[in-house]
Amino acid sequence: MLSAKLFNATTIFYMASTLAFIGFLASRNKTVGLVGSGLAWIGFAVQTAAIGLRWKESYDIGLGHAPMSNLYESVVFFAWSIVLIFGIIDIKYKYRIIGAFVMPFALLGMAWAQLYLPTDINPLMPALQSNWLLYHVITCFLGYAAFAVACGVSIMYLIKAKSEEKGSESAGGLMSQFPPTRVLDDLNYKAIMVGFPLLTLGIITGAAWANYAWGTYWSWDPKETWSLIVWFVYAAFLHARFTKGWVGKRAAWLSIIGFAATIFCYLGVNLLLSGLHSYGNLS
Amino acid sequence: MSTNQRSFVQQIWDFFCSLKLTLFVLITLAITSIIGTVIPQYPNIDERYWGTISAGRKLLYERLGFFDMYHSWWFLALLALFSVNLICCSIKRLPHVFKFVSEPATVLSETQQKIFTSKDLKLSGSLEDSRDKLAAFLSSHFSSPTITQVGNQYHLFAQKNAWCRLGVYVVHFSILVIMAGTIIGNLWGYKGFVAIVEGETVNTIKARNGKDIALGFEVKCDQFTVSFYDAPGGGGPSQMPKEFKSILTLTENGKEVPGYKHARVVVNEPLSYKGITFYQSSYGQANDPSTFFFTVKNRTTAKTEQIALRPGSQTRLADGRLISIVDLTDNPGEGTAAVLSVNDKGAEPKFFKVFKNNPTLDELRGDSLIFTFIGTDARMYTGLQVNKDPGVWVVWTGCIMMCLGLCIAFFMSHKRVWIVMQHGYARIYGNASKNQPAFMTEFEALSEELQKQNI
Repeated sequence: MLSAKLFNATTIFYMASTLAFIGFLASRNKTVGLVGSGLAWIGFAVQTAAIGLRWKESYDIGLGHAPMSNLYESVVFFAWSIVLIFGIIDIKYKYRIIGAFVMPFALLGMAWAQLYLPTDINPLMPALQSNWLLYHVITCFLGYAAFAVACGVSIMYLIKAKSEEKGSESAGGLMSQFPPTRVLDDLNYKAIMVGFPLLTLGIITGAAWANYAWGTYWSWDPKETWSLIVWFVYAAFLHARFTKGWVGKRAAWLSIIGFAATIFCYLGVNLLLSGLHSYGNLS
Repeated sequence: MSTNQRSFVQQIWDFFCSLKLTLFVLITLAITSIIGTVIPQYPNIDERYWGTISAGRKLLYERLGFFDMYHSWWFLALLALFSVNLICCSIKRLPHVFKFVSEPATVLSETQQKIFTSKDLKLSGSLEDSRDKLAAFLSSHFSSPTITQVGNQYHLFAQKNAWCRLGVYVVHFSILVIMAGTIIGNLWGYKGFVAIVEGETVNTIKARNGKDIALGFEVKCDQFTVSFYDAPGGGGPSQMPKEFKSILTLTENGKEVPGYKHARVVVNEPLSYKGITFYQSSYGQANDPSTFFFTVKNRTTAKTEQIALRPGSQTRLADGRLISIVDLTDNPGEGTAAVLSVNDKGAEPKFFKVFKNNPTLDELRGDSLIFTFIGTDARMYTGLQVNKDPGVWVVWTGCIMMCLGLCIAFFMSHKRVWIVMQHGYARIYGNASKNQPAFMTEFEALSEELQKQNI
């Protein structure tokens, strides 16, 4: 199928983009950074086409559903969302170097999906046959992607803060490429500000859907509980900013912990625990 | 009240209002919630689980409420503490915010003049004339100003989106609304289950607490069917279920309820009547089959006839052979199949399987007669989850409030502009509650436009 080839091409573009960003980090050559962004955008366009095509192909084989129904499709969509959120930040704030810490997440997702996950288009079980699937998956994954970007920015913050503490920074060193810590802290907050309402919407659409399918909007299923845990962590992050001493380093750590919880909610629950979302497992 | 007492009350109040408590509760809720995702929860505990833990641990977990932790006293207490903290914070801060919104600082203080971004302006006209022109400018380019005279100065104040400062309280209040909705549902609603055999009628259901609940109307199951996806590459249906469908008819006081005759219930499309909702949840076979139905097609003449087989008795086919059903199998990945035996005079009986979901498969056997397994006289039952939840709309209202509140709180900004003027000279000041960079651009544009004016 053509979509499979396009997904492979996407993976290669994301890999090239990641390498370009690492090169940008090392060389401080603006053109290399521009190439990194350009490759990410081309990969994104190819991936968008591939997702659309896979959607069409599912109709061609008589199944006809949005390509967001199994682990492979969700990982691919996650990677797509990460590049989208990164692209928006790249355009809006012009701190291209962030790509070096965000594109690896997208690459990791695509590489894992292409190399290890079964790529078949499966028929939808009755519980999944609903328009809520689309709303639920899109809101959740855009939220997760914003948290991924926040996590990447937080890692940059910690590296930058560490080098500033040491005071070993020379004027033209590697760290001069990084945005100032103040900006990184602000970007972390902004990304979470986007992610939090999306996660909230994701949880609500999930609850509404569960209510249509099973008659309970909340049943403390492990996936539901973990999404709430993630929500609590980021709610704590947002409130922590209003008390002294919780900006900067602590906020960065809270953002990284939040993303770890997000990844557990997304993958850990399916792979390690059991529950309503068990269709998302590997076999 | 003595000073000591007052300070004690004050301390308690401060404790419940503190942001530290908020952080503590949020993080504690996050960490403790993990327990119930790792330890199995009632009523979904597999019997085999008890064998994997020691008696001592079981007792400890039971004491701590770990097997139903989201309803344990300590978890509910944490949620209560969370709500009390929310309410206290709102009581403490909301009056200030209301005052801020309803009585804005129309006169800019000396300190604010030092802090806020500002731009100079030269004025050519008379004081009153310039004042009116500036007011007209603000009205047309920003929003209409309030004018206050302070000595020989005029302070013009204009603002946008003042109410967006309330967004965060909308979010906080929405959490309480959602909690109220769940409490209403728990107090005045129920969750139950009913299994109805095809052709039969029920008027009560079994609630989760074991009580029978009268519906106030009757539900008849006309039919239950399962359909399957086509197998990849053709060749009949696969084992992957596509749809579970119940056809129900509701009657009340002996009369059919209009619009509820042969109503369809499938997964994701429940049926609601009088606040009670039916969800397709499970299904099964109500009784063992006693008669099995097949079609028999003659390969050469293509003539088809229907036969009914009963275990233990033989039936004569058109060509004189004797046929009987010996077994019914239902192997995973294979589906339901009948094992038939055909006796030709003097020959060993031949056994073969006829699959229910694969009507064309028997052609490959090469016999002159082709069998298709249609079904049996066994009736199905449909398992329906039955709910009444009068609080669910309160919950959705809370959810919508939360989304709106979050958008207001995160993406809208309270913008304020002052112009402090005296004869021949004025200064414009600006401030925004959020997103300073975006406001700065807007403020620059506004002051540039103002400088172009002839005032």
